[in-house]
Amino acid sequence: MSQKVLLTGKEVNIILHRLACQLIENHTHFKETVLVGLQPRGSFVAERLKQILIEKYGIENLKLGLLDITFFRDDFRRSSQPLEANKTTIDFVVEDKRVVFIDDVLYTGRSIRAALTAIQSFGRPAEVELLTLIDRRFSRHLPIQPNYRGRQVDAINEERVKVNWKENAGEDVVYLIK
Amino acid sequence: MSELSVNHLLGIKYINEKDIQLIFETADHFKEVINRPIKKVPSLRDITIANLFFENSTRTRLSFELAEKRLSADVVNFSAASSSVKKGETLIDTVNNILAMKVDMVVMRHPNPGAGVFLSKHINASIVNAGDGAHEHPTQALLDSYSIRERLGDVAGKKVVIVGDILHSRVALSNIYALQLQGAEVMVCGPKTLIPKYIESLGVKVETNLKKALEWCDVANMLRVQNERMEISYFPSTREYTQQYGVTKSLLNNLSKEIVIMHPGPINRGVEITSEVADSNQAIILDQVQNGVAIRMAVIYLLASKIK
Repeated sequence: MSQKVLLTGKEVNIILHRLACQLIENHTHFKETVLVGLQPRGSFVAERLKQILIEKYGIENLKLGLLDITFFRDDFRRSSQPLEANKTTIDFVVEDKRVVFIDDVLYTGRSIRAALTAIQSFGRPAEVELLTLIDRRFSRHLPIQPNYRGRQVDAINEERVKVNWKENAGEDVVYLIK
Repeated sequence: MSELSVNHLLGIKYINEKDIQLIFETADHFKEVINRPIKKVPSLRDITIANLFFENSTRTRLSFELAEKRLSADVVNFSAASSSVKKGETLIDTVNNILAMKVDMVVMRHPNPGAGVFLSKHINASIVNAGDGAHEHPTQALLDSYSIRERLGDVAGKKVVIVGDILHSRVALSNIYALQLQGAEVMVCGPKTLIPKYIESLGVKVETNLKKALEWCDVANMLRVQNERMEISYFPSTREYTQQYGVTKSLLNNLSKEIVIMHPGPINRGVEITSEVADSNQAIILDQVQNGVAIRMAVIYLLASKIK
């Protein structure tokens, strides 16, 4: 098994700032917008973006929730590993809100399909957008595309993209593992 | 997340402490789900579950059915009163006929102890024991422990007294196993006639004085006197039982600390527990009912994930 660095910590930081600016471009004051990080790994991207939006760009009253999609996945009983559930913390209503899903890697699109169903338990959003740090194009199983993407990657199915964060692995870095 | 060590939930006796923790952690997630505006998840949409109740039940049957429906399973209900069991069909035949209709899981209540174990050896489906005679009622014990954990933070190290008709109670036996697995101390309290002769061999304390038992414990689980299972008189009168083993507000107020009161239901108000106690803040009876749905969702979900 070999791994190569796709994005260094510095590059990740630049990309996050760009994504934050793109969000501001479309959502200005975030009055009707809520950010929803997809558990488990999307939560790291979401927390970073929240920090940047608040600290660097002075966005106030930014709402961020974390959504777990385990019980909405389509591979229950099909996966060789038992599915691991995580905490959902959405303490606001998404009815008529502009929801932005945030995840680290967009691969087959099945997680996003599950998230689209899961979010309906909290109301009917006015619209749903998708932000992803890494977009593995050519790997999609479903017609799902991101509205905001950090870096597009052409990886084959045998390869794996791994996003590490200071919070969970001690450094910000994105690897392509063969 | 790891897996359960068993393919059926036949009793607490057959599972281990890790299984209990896994069920509790999963139930935490489902408790959040059932407090959402839309309380349903699609996980079990391709699973069919048969609820076979060979004995009367309101709370448990509703709780299981709600749990199954909130997981999006297809549900068929069967009650012995209106079935071919009355025409002389055997248990295995009844269940095999239902399974021939492609049922993946069976939730069964049966008056005979060991009915679930017997069935698990003969049929090819996951079985959840929803009470077998005076043997076990595992989901009730799980939701009781889960409710203690929710109220007191932990089950380990707590002192729990089970009061009342221990002899006829499947709730008592499952609770003893579950509490001990989690490191709690267990005492049973009741008239000597309603305490099984060899109960001490399970490592529980026995006390016949209710006041002393309540003074000792952190949690009191009050059981109903199961008149329907009694062929002889075990105590002189209900009035005398209430005087000796009924929990009243004044009895609780005179204790040196505030204890938690539980009851698996149905309550005989004014017999084992007064209305004042049942409706007080010390009682977590309705929390138990709410937690029952989350626990049953967790058990069904975890067992269903093992059906390949």
